[in-house]
Amino acid sequence: MTIIDETADIPAPRGSEDHTGPLLEVRDLHVEFHTRDGVAKAVNGVNYSVDAGETLAVLGESGSGKSVTAQAVMGILDMPPGRIPKGEILFRGQDMLKMSGEERRKIRGRRIAMIFQDALSSLNPVLSVGYQLGEMFRVHEGLSKKEAKAKAIEMMDRVKIPAAAARVNDYPHQFSGGMRQRIMIAMALALEPDLIIADEPTTALDVTVQAQVMDLLAELQREYHMGLILITHDLGVVADVADKIAVMYAGRIVERAPVHELYKRPAHPYTKGLLDSIPRLDQKGQELYAIKGLPPNLTRIPSGCAFNPRCPQAQDICRTDIPPLHGVTEQDGTELPGRASACHFWKETIHG
Amino acid sequence: MAELSKTDGQDEAMPNVSEVEVVDAHTEAEAVAAIEAPVERGEPILQVRDLVKHFPLTQGILFKKKIGAVKAVDGISFDLYQGETLGIVGESGCGKSTVAKLLMNLERATAGEIFYKGQDVTRLSGRALKAVRRNIQMVFQDPYTSLNPRMTVGDIIGEPFDIHPEVAPKGDRRRRVQELLDVVGLNPEYINRYPHQFSGGQRQRIGIARGLALNPEIIICDEPVSALDVSVQAQVINLMERLQDEFNLSYVFIAHDLSIVRHISDRVGVMYLGKMAEIGTDTQIYDHPTHPYTQALLSAVPVPDPEAREGRERIILTGDVPSPADPPSGCRFRTRCWKAQDKCAEEVPLLAVPERFQGVDSPAAHESACHFAEEKDVVHAA
Repeated sequence: MTIIDETADIPAPRGSEDHTGPLLEVRDLHVEFHTRDGVAKAVNGVNYSVDAGETLAVLGESGSGKSVTAQAVMGILDMPPGRIPKGEILFRGQDMLKMSGEERRKIRGRRIAMIFQDALSSLNPVLSVGYQLGEMFRVHEGLSKKEAKAKAIEMMDRVKIPAAAARVNDYPHQFSGGMRQRIMIAMALALEPDLIIADEPTTALDVTVQAQVMDLLAELQREYHMGLILITHDLGVVADVADKIAVMYAGRIVERAPVHELYKRPAHPYTKGLLDSIPRLDQKGQELYAIKGLPPNLTRIPSGCAFNPRCPQAQDICRTDIPPLHGVTEQDGTELPGRASACHFWKETIHG
Repeated sequence: MAELSKTDGQDEAMPNVSEVEVVDAHTEAEAVAAIEAPVERGEPILQVRDLVKHFPLTQGILFKKKIGAVKAVDGISFDLYQGETLGIVGESGCGKSTVAKLLMNLERATAGEIFYKGQDVTRLSGRALKAVRRNIQMVFQDPYTSLNPRMTVGDIIGEPFDIHPEVAPKGDRRRRVQELLDVVGLNPEYINRYPHQFSGGQRQRIGIARGLALNPEIIICDEPVSALDVSVQAQVINLMERLQDEFNLSYVFIAHDLSIVRHISDRVGVMYLGKMAEIGTDTQIYDHPTHPYTQALLSAVPVPDPEAREGRERIILTGDVPSPADPPSGCRFRTRCWKAQDKCAEEVPLLAVPERFQGVDSPAAHESACHFAEEKDVVHAA
């Protein structure tokens, strides 16, 4: 067994570092994959930041690059075929892309942890959950097997798994979907990281269990004062927990806004279309609004604005010029804090 | 043809379930004739009575000993009317997909009856069963695994014609398939392409076209949009609604997404552990739920509106669904219910209009299988 950091450089207590900016900042990140059919540009210049204790939701359809961005932050991108030609990922002011593998490994798991979507395939079926949970403590902190198991039981209690001491030697298949996701959360929280990236943490779960898991996650986040990046395609889940939202389309952020603002007044036609196309529980509508067409193929992203073939407002300029992320203002020019939209016609979209 | 009507006491308590008019067919030809007879709009086309499906649990390899049964579906009754959409919702493991398979006769029911136009499908065989199967088609959940990757789209959509050649004569098939592609909004020139050349939403359209090929009267949709992206989901839902009007179809729409079920359904049934907990029109279920499980389920649905999240009461259930191999005694929901009392452990609540709402002209007066049914609006912000 390799003990990664047996040296005494235990991370300094939170907040004592001189760095004052955001916890994590992604700057102009590009990721591409070299495939047989050409270069797939999965991420094309993404910028976002998360502060401690804040929840950023990254919203997008499959293929929008939301998971790839997270994998790049975590440093678990398959390279090759993946490549990061450009960009910076600053964690507490330090660029992680310039760090050595050794330095990154110290951050991964301990400072930034990830919760994956499918708990059944993320857990190893032939090892007991206690062993897998304990691995965090054995590898990162060099605890003995016995101590690690005691810690594993403590973590399972933390995420409210009933009879944790009795179930610590059970295997993943003996747990229900919701319980398995709790184990994933326990694993991510084990070393009390500063930032958690949750990639579709509740997509595979039933609604009643989904509510339990999201509540647990929110509670633990408050308790540990962690930053949380929540990656999802579900506009409903986002509305319940996020502070701010970044909407992604074809590898770019097309709109950024605080959660209330986004739902009230979307400033990008894609966001607007998404909001109109979901059926509501409390209203029985007529025909659903549907965004026509399909998400673009990443090897052949349309020129200009990537959304232009599907956009009801598209004009000639949309087919030629890539819209930058404009700051969004009120009609009288007052700036709306935290809002931005990558649309040439954001004024028309937001102010109708 | 003699018509017998069957009534038993139980049916009277259930306004949702109408009397079954059993068509007495002595020969196969009579049965086929009954199956091919048209049904008026608003008349029941499919009537399910006390349907049960138990999967045996066995031990041993050579001498298999039955040690129990997974009670996947344990006595459910409902009607499907011509031209309507009946939504069935429930958590995973509640038996909703088993119901779909039973309706399709892909699984043999352990007990109970499924009447299609007065014919008990579970007892049919031969030509009559084939005629029923032509009229009840299915759209599956996963558009990636439900299409054979080695067949072209034309072969996939045209395959039903091999089994039922009377629908489309041989020389006419290509044209029929192209017509179907056009109906579901795909380019008819795609007929020679393979499934991998399509996106998820397009594949689901192919699955729908295959379901439509034989001009069925009923389509059973098992989670038809849950594998699709949000922006594509709306396209497929709109397509399904359009097809329903165009071809006069009846849908059984099985899903776990309550918002989508509300959008598409005329009536909704809520299932829990193999039983129907509550059934009624969409307004009755969503705006006036009386069963605690329905209330919990509805309150857990995230609403895409941060303003609404503050005003809503959320009921968060503890624990997981019990195993259907060993369901709790009495009411199956009692282990997770906040209203549970001694009575719930002893008596199985019947699916009927609760006593306190009987004779009351209110949307709350619909069938709910709870001893302590009470109206509670959990969907709208207080």
